[in-house]
Amino acid sequence: MSKERDDFKSPQPKSAATTAARPTGHVTRPVDVNATAAELAHHAHDGAGHGTVGSYLFGFVLSVVLTAIPFAMVMMHLLPAATLVPVIIGVGVVQIVIHLVYFLHMNTSSSQGWNNAAFVFTLIIVGILVVGSIWVMYHLNSNMMPGMMPVG
Amino acid sequence: MSKTANPVDGLRNELTSAYDHDPHAHHHAGDHHDEAPKVTLGFWIYLMSDCILFASIFAVFAVLKDATAGGPSGHEIFDLPYVAVETALLLVSSLTYGLAMISMEANKLKAVFVWLIATGLCGLGFLGMEVHEFAKLIGEGNGPDRSGFLSAFFTLVGTHGLHVTSGMIWLITMLVHLKRRGLTPANRIRLMELSLFWHFLDIIWIGVFTIVYLMGAA
Repeated sequence: MSKERDDFKSPQPKSAATTAARPTGHVTRPVDVNATAAELAHHAHDGAGHGTVGSYLFGFVLSVVLTAIPFAMVMMHLLPAATLVPVIIGVGVVQIVIHLVYFLHMNTSSSQGWNNAAFVFTLIIVGILVVGSIWVMYHLNSNMMPGMMPVG
Repeated sequence: MSKTANPVDGLRNELTSAYDHDPHAHHHAGDHHDEAPKVTLGFWIYLMSDCILFASIFAVFAVLKDATAGGPSGHEIFDLPYVAVETALLLVSSLTYGLAMISMEANKLKAVFVWLIATGLCGLGFLGMEVHEFAKLIGEGNGPDRSGFLSAFFTLVGTHGLHVTSGMIWLITMLVHLKRRGLTPANRIRLMELSLFWHFLDIIWIGVFTIVYLMGAA
């Protein structure tokens, strides 16, 4: 128990470079602040699963943009409904992928193999569940209760 | 016997002892990358099962979204700017939780507290807005008993809200753990798992605002 406490409370070894290079207000290792796109890309494939300030901010900005686009399109009626729905679903799927990669740190490294296997399995089940339910219920409605079908 | 009874505890003990022998191991971000995914795999499986729970409720909503029974449709009751603010709160909370994780890796306990509390405040704001939205709908006579559409709406959005509520309880518990023990290996794993949970809820919310609110209002 005391060992656990000591683990954290022991003084941190801080190199001069670490303290000097850190911009005020930032809470990360300097290498993360200055990470280049190449470093981020490398990071995403090393099975690390943690991310950097740069990768979190990048994911956050992308998410904000991908949230703003569909909201703006619906609120300003930019497209007819028939094309609008596929577009906002597409943007939603892209945003989910962004979250999975930048926030949940999914990647293709071998250490993530079981996570990814479980994820693919879940996708299949989710697909069967959702598509199957909509399909079956649509046909039930159109075959058995034509009077209740929504227009269009 | 006790060692084999709970493999996760066994693994945690292994990890704990490994860190105790080399307390500076976590200063090099690369060192514990091989162990952590094993420990969080179990939690990942739980999240996947939760995905299937939400998928069933999404399927129910998709089937019932036009079953308004003479009541209002989504178009009439959804306030998109309000939902946009809710979405923004959840998105910001995902970023602040990410910053908490980075502070954890840098062994900055105070910063972890600050970012976790920021995350909690965003979560609280989101929940407050959702409760207000629900109360307003029920007050107007558009409660879950009004139509199949509203039953499905309250079930789906409410289930997500319940998850956020449990996330908030976990987050407060996490703060107590951190206050008492600091950034121990066990607390790091807990923080990692709460991180997965919190970001997962944000992903579910992407589905909610796209399918329920945006498609409802489109």
